[in-house]
Amino acid sequence: MKTVFQLFITFLKIGAFTLGGGYAMLSMVEKAVVDKKHWIPADAFWDMIAIIQSLPGVFAVNTALYVGHQVAGRKGAAAAMLGAILPSIVIILLLATVFREYRDLPVVERIFKGIRPCVVALILAPSLRMIKSAKVTWKTAIIPIAAVILIWWCKVSPAIVILAAIAGSLIYAIIMERKLKRNPSKEVKP
Amino acid sequence: MIYLQLLWVFIKIGVLGFGGGYAMLSLIQHEVVDHYAWMTTTEFADMVALSQMTPGPISINMATYVGYTAGGFGGSLLASFALCLPSIVMVYFIIRLFLNKKGGSLMNNLLKGLKPAIAGLIFAAGLAMMNAQNFVQIGKGENNISIVICVLAFVASYFFKANPILLIVLSGVVGFFVY
Repeated sequence: MKTVFQLFITFLKIGAFTLGGGYAMLSMVEKAVVDKKHWIPADAFWDMIAIIQSLPGVFAVNTALYVGHQVAGRKGAAAAMLGAILPSIVIILLLATVFREYRDLPVVERIFKGIRPCVVALILAPSLRMIKSAKVTWKTAIIPIAAVILIWWCKVSPAIVILAAIAGSLIYAIIMERKLKRNPSKEVKP
Repeated sequence: MIYLQLLWVFIKIGVLGFGGGYAMLSLIQHEVVDHYAWMTTTEFADMVALSQMTPGPISINMATYVGYTAGGFGGSLLASFALCLPSIVMVYFIIRLFLNKKGGSLMNNLLKGLKPAIAGLIFAAGLAMMNAQNFVQIGKGENNISIVICVLAFVASYFFKANPILLIVLSGVVGFFVY
């Protein structure tokens, strides 16, 4: 029971003090889970993170659930998850109540008029950085361009685009595997 | 009815949300602004700014905010919980299948294949917000300020990896003095 409570507190702190999304909290989780509490050895922790990063869903929640489950079973998973999301829920609820009350004030409106174009930039920048890190070539550039046109111009649901992309990359992976089997000496690079 | 809609929307986002909070942003935008019209595009932009500036996972912040706007206190709890639900199922039933080398490399390859599409998704979300509601009075004299803010913030973020919270605060200050 003590461990379950400690899991809750640990992830509560992480949820309350990490600014800047899931990846920013990673070093804090490592410090707490690996260095301080010795719940999971470092190599196992990083192996696990590599896989969790590729899973869908909220990264922080997936990490909390997995660490909690490893340390104290189902109760541990529930405690860690609640700890991770509780600060968000409380802070946003308070903020939303206040913001919806005062958003029509001229001062608030002026500030947000400045903020909105900045938000657009903060969304465009990481998407381009992602294209760079995914090593998109002139040939594969068709994929992000098609996604943009479908969603922005044709108003196709992004969910459909993701499903199509999943199907596409699975088919691609299967074809590549077959080529590799037929021609094992030649390494196929995607 | 609104509760069922919130539940369905955020479970879907939890299942398909590959690639972090920004990828989910595009899914949330489509459902919340285009499909159900729970928010206007300006409210959506404001929500993204607030979610970015407050601690905790950005997607949980957005789920709470959307839930609150659409269905009050109950809606906010429901939306956040619905977003976590697929993860809970995954951890109990599926994660064991993937937490070995083979499953792990399969998921990593899948994400690699998805990345270009996800990048397009996020870019489209940004484009959809570049409109007359968020960029004040484009074309009239004072205005091109919106564009200047956007371009400067983009350069600072893309080339210099500037802290997003700092950029939001600075543009708020600019807005306060300019408008």
